[in-house]
Amino acid sequence: MLDIITMTVNGREQEVAYDVRESLADTLRNRLGLTSVKKGCEAGECGACTVLVDGRAVNSCVYLTAWCAGRSVLTVEGIKGPNGELSPIQQAFVEEAAVQCGFCTPGLIMTAVEIVGTGKRYSREELKKLISGHLCRCTGYENILNAMERIVEETWEKHGVS
Amino acid sequence: MYDIERFYRAKDVPDAVRALEADPDAMLISGGTDVLIQTREGKLAGCSLVSINQLPELTGIRIEEDGTIVIGGAATFSDITNNKALQSRIPILCWAVDQVGSPQIRNVGTIGGNVSNGVTSADSASSLFALNAVVELTGPDGVRRLPIADYYAGPGKTVRQHSEILTAIRIARADYENYGGHYIKYGKREAMEIATLGCAVCVKLTEDKRRVDDLRVAFGVAAPIPMRCHETESKAKGMALDADLLDAVSQGVLAEVKPRDSWRASRAFRLQLVSELSRRALSRAITFAGGEIHA
Repeated sequence: MLDIITMTVNGREQEVAYDVRESLADTLRNRLGLTSVKKGCEAGECGACTVLVDGRAVNSCVYLTAWCAGRSVLTVEGIKGPNGELSPIQQAFVEEAAVQCGFCTPGLIMTAVEIVGTGKRYSREELKKLISGHLCRCTGYENILNAMERIVEETWEKHGVS
Repeated sequence: MYDIERFYRAKDVPDAVRALEADPDAMLISGGTDVLIQTREGKLAGCSLVSINQLPELTGIRIEEDGTIVIGGAATFSDITNNKALQSRIPILCWAVDQVGSPQIRNVGTIGGNVSNGVTSADSASSLFALNAVVELTGPDGVRRLPIADYYAGPGKTVRQHSEILTAIRIARADYENYGGHYIKYGKREAMEIATLGCAVCVKLTEDKRRVDDLRVAFGVAAPIPMRCHETESKAKGMALDADLLDAVSQGVLAEVKPRDSWRASRAFRLQLVSELSRRALSRAITFAGGEIHA
């Protein structure tokens, strides 16, 4: 049965018709066309479906759309610049060759958005723990960590306090 | 699409209690990181769900006037780890729940759900046992409180009645003040892992910091439900902070635990973990309590 909720998606408040049995990943992909959200394991383990809900990274495959009423959801489609340019986080992934097949990338980018949003400086060890909810079968994670380190440092140099 | 037969999003706690009373098949869903996965696996296919996801009255963390810590049942693991009031009072719990799953799971999964699943491996459980936590349940007949050790009824079972909701976890000031605590989770990897064994130790030292004033040792996966080692604890009281203490505790606990063989680890390996982890957790807890081991 369809229901309607109001939620903010990538900065725009909108009404969304959805089935109450639907995961947020399905709603974002199938009803709103936001296909950056990948479905990998559908059991909350691989992190490919990671989006931000009210600024917090969640696995959208184990999250009900019904819970998003009045909340704000952010996907990779929502982080591009005003003229469609890559965000600094995406640029860091490009610079560090942190992308191979690309399936895990959108989820990792969203976790990076959450990490960078804290404005804190993290060690490589801390970053390893912070990306532990993502599986990447191509890169061996080294370049992903390089990209994470780069963007964390860049942000800290610009805005950091401690 | 999840195989959910009925779904009701409760407006508040009384509304959720009413919805549970009205539907004998209904079950609660909070963060959903276990319920939704079991629905997907088919174990809960066709379920009827009453959602208390992020109800504002259940997510708060506060310190009452007498120092009692009150953690709402729907507080997420991240809420707990990042809470300054908890970091300064019960860092053991902030640390323990930071071992659950992954960052994304910790942003969603709740302490009420972790405990109410009734599983022995819950990362929060052994620390809550070591903190003498009290569980607050709200049901049709009002509110009742019981020690967490009485909450667990068996593997995957608690004494929570069908229409009751775990609304809060309470920890009294006398149960945490001046205690040092540490939790060690043993798993094959450092994330997305269920504990092979978990050990939580809280220790209070005498004023001169030379002897044990009070000790609490709790384990997860050392028995069908989380457990304390009361005999070992009472024997350790008054002992000096030396090698004899570490030996007495790490040997004593072996007589009290009842681990089993499972596909994840053998009983023999779990016994070795029980002994070694209790020794290490106690050492760290003593350091956190301001003491020094003379071994």
